[in-house]
Amino acid sequence: MTSQLREKFEEALFPPVVALLIALVCGDLLIMSYGQSPAAVYRMLLEGTWGNAYGFGQVLYKATALTFTGLAVSIGIRAGLFNVGAESQLAAGGFLAAMMGLALSPGVPGVLAVPLCMLAAAAGGGVVGAIPGVLKVKFGAHEVIVTIMLNFVVLALLNWGIANHLNVPETLHTTEIDAGAIPRLEAFIGAFHGSAANLSLLVAIVTAILAWFFLFRSRRGFELRAVGLQPDAAEYGGVSVGGVWFRALTLSGAIAGLGGINYVLGYKHYYEEGFAGGAGYLGIAVALVGRNHPLGVVLAALFFATLSQGGLAIHALVPKQMAEVLQGVVILAVAMSVPEVRRALRQSRRPVAA
Amino acid sequence: MTTPAPASTERGAYAIRMQGIDKSFGPVRANREATLEVVTGEIHALVGENGAGKSTLMRILGGLQKPDAGTLEVNGRDVTGWTTSDAIAAGIGVVHQHFMLVSTLTVAENIVLGEEPVSGGRFDEARANSEVEALSKETGLKVSADRRIADLSVGEAQRVEILKTLFRGARILVLDEPTAVLSPPEVRELWTVLRRLREGGGTIVLITHRLDEVIDISDTITVMRAGETVARLRTSETTPAQIAKAMVGRDVALTSRDEISALGASMPGGAGSTEFKASSDMSSALNVTELVVLGSRGTHEVDGVTLSIRPGEILGIAGVEGNGQTELIEALAGLRPCASGSIRLDGHDVTYKSVAERRSAGLSHIPEDRHRRGLILDYSIADNLVLGLQEAFSTRGMLNGANISSNAKRQIEAFDIRPPSAVLPARALSGGNQQKVVVAREMGREFSVLLASQPTRGVDVGAIEFIHSRLREARAAGKAVLLVSAELNEVLALSDRVAVMYRGRFAAVLPVAEATEDVLGEYMIGMKTDEAVA
Repeated sequence: MTSQLREKFEEALFPPVVALLIALVCGDLLIMSYGQSPAAVYRMLLEGTWGNAYGFGQVLYKATALTFTGLAVSIGIRAGLFNVGAESQLAAGGFLAAMMGLALSPGVPGVLAVPLCMLAAAAGGGVVGAIPGVLKVKFGAHEVIVTIMLNFVVLALLNWGIANHLNVPETLHTTEIDAGAIPRLEAFIGAFHGSAANLSLLVAIVTAILAWFFLFRSRRGFELRAVGLQPDAAEYGGVSVGGVWFRALTLSGAIAGLGGINYVLGYKHYYEEGFAGGAGYLGIAVALVGRNHPLGVVLAALFFATLSQGGLAIHALVPKQMAEVLQGVVILAVAMSVPEVRRALRQSRRPVAA
Repeated sequence: MTTPAPASTERGAYAIRMQGIDKSFGPVRANREATLEVVTGEIHALVGENGAGKSTLMRILGGLQKPDAGTLEVNGRDVTGWTTSDAIAAGIGVVHQHFMLVSTLTVAENIVLGEEPVSGGRFDEARANSEVEALSKETGLKVSADRRIADLSVGEAQRVEILKTLFRGARILVLDEPTAVLSPPEVRELWTVLRRLREGGGTIVLITHRLDEVIDISDTITVMRAGETVARLRTSETTPAQIAKAMVGRDVALTSRDEISALGASMPGGAGSTEFKASSDMSSALNVTELVVLGSRGTHEVDGVTLSIRPGEILGIAGVEGNGQTELIEALAGLRPCASGSIRLDGHDVTYKSVAERRSAGLSHIPEDRHRRGLILDYSIADNLVLGLQEAFSTRGMLNGANISSNAKRQIEAFDIRPPSAVLPARALSGGNQQKVVVAREMGREFSVLLASQPTRGVDVGAIEFIHSRLREARAAGKAVLLVSAELNEVLALSDRVAVMYRGRFAAVLPVAEATEDVLGEYMIGMKTDEAVA
């Protein structure tokens, strides 16, 4: 039994670890091509992120959003679905959170206002996620196509609304919300002064724990994973496959949408065009590196947040795009090694019969 | 058993001669010393059940795979291990079961694809059309050259496939299950075409598992079972029963019916010990009336089946695979919609109920394919033992871990699942133990009706005996069992009554005492039909 557990552990960790090693080698070569010492650059990267409170706060802030989107994507993959729409779900969630915050009067206490805004965020993402769910179940539309296209539609709609109706003149953001703000960490720990990290981080951790319970301890999670692994067997086991698809995409969207609170309620206190900034897409990488396990997702979110923040820190020695190149290498290496992606590639290569 | 012996004496006139072909995929031996000898200018039927190794043998012939051992001669030339392009150049044309056509192109475009007539650097459509029309006229394969594939019926698309191979100069044509998708008139038309090709000197290998077709069209027959060639027969000198026997017979060591029956007789309620009674005056546990189930192309896969099973009775369904057994079981389990008719379970109408509702109404189901349906291979044994019962094993939406583990412990012991570990993934078990997990789950709970589809397929001898005795115990305990098996011996050893399914209907229902292999064989291939009610 212990050997079983070890095997399971190795299987889960092997692809990300190999990917990191490949990225490390590529990173070394790149750094050396700039005439710098890899050791010096990595030291600088760590000092700029985990080495001081501000940098660490920024890592936490970025990891918070990535945890939400990573969890969203991994719930989809567990059900055998590829949700590429976390970007617009995140934006829609942030948008509705801001609308709720603006609609509430300033007198509403935080204990009521914050949950209401969170609910609005989840609803915003959930609706955007439910659309591909309905289209897949009713018409067999492939969720990848629908979620990608919906990203354009939803983001364009939100931008139109912000640019024409809801903005503070000369800007692309709304006015500050009256209620529902989430306090920053600097309010409790002075050292975090200036960093955007806020208590949304606790919401992210709780969401990850709940996602774990849902996936591995609840009946719905049991059914969801069954559909993802073998839809025919799930159907045989009395599971409505279409129902699971719909619920999984809606839930996935809701979790991504909830991520909108990190920026809107916790950082700027307004909705701003383009705040998602790729966190939705990066969520795919987070889910893959984290092997679709909530704990793995949290760790992967921290890793990608470190790379992203570290890119700024190493600017003095090498271009900050280097961190992005590394990020790309990690994603490619993991993508080639995780079973889900290999299966998808095999399927797309299979010839289609007339 | 018929020993493989050349039925033809025209030495040297072999179009295809494959000898001692071995081919393994990992631990699976798809072909073992398989032999195929096809004389030039004949229609040769290659028959055998699913997984008998027919397709592998044809893939080797077509150059898609290389044999591990053995030789392949085509027209007297040793071509062992050749490539697909060698095979095409040598005039071998394979028509696959799943068509390989570009649905947005026209018939002519598909046929000339890869060898397009060109004039002045551009595709010469007019010449393509006229060439295809000429070929169509010459062979009698009627197609309209300028229609799009997407607009064609299945029969027409198949004619295009055949023309495609002929256009490339095929003289040896391999057809893989060509009639599986055709209606009876289309089948007759295909036969006309094949005979015409034979008259023109062509050689045809026909893969099928429908014996009536074999008798209809072929000159010579090769029967395969479990990767081996078990018989080579002249169609004019054989009977359907002989072919059926060669196809479905089990390994001599454990299959003789007497042995299994002897095993059964020693148990309470063993085969033959239960007297057959007319079911009409008994309250039945499962009652099916005039059930019609449609296939994906609107064909009547199950075409008006009526049956009823009493508590404490096993109704066995015999028949060549592909005659609607799978669809019948899936419709009863709720996995396929019923087009018309009704299904009553313990008196309750469940025709339009979901899988889950039927389960909780007392229906258990051992599916024919444990890898696709019966198990989630990456789930632990404990989780697989509650698949379909997840509702009963959870409280307020959360899985009840303690109950799931104690259930696993009990079932693993009761059904002797090895290794006795609840946490191993089902994938790690042997086929026999995987099947025991399915059987444990479906029979180790409260149920009144059991659908057992190929319950011992691909499992070892010990597990077969174990599963058989469980089925007998279920009967003794008053359960109603519907058994579908490709193993005639199994059906005969376990059933109280035997129904023969042919082309979606019950051709006959007989008490087991009257059901001999010879009698069943005639019904199985459609030579005899009673309009039967089981």
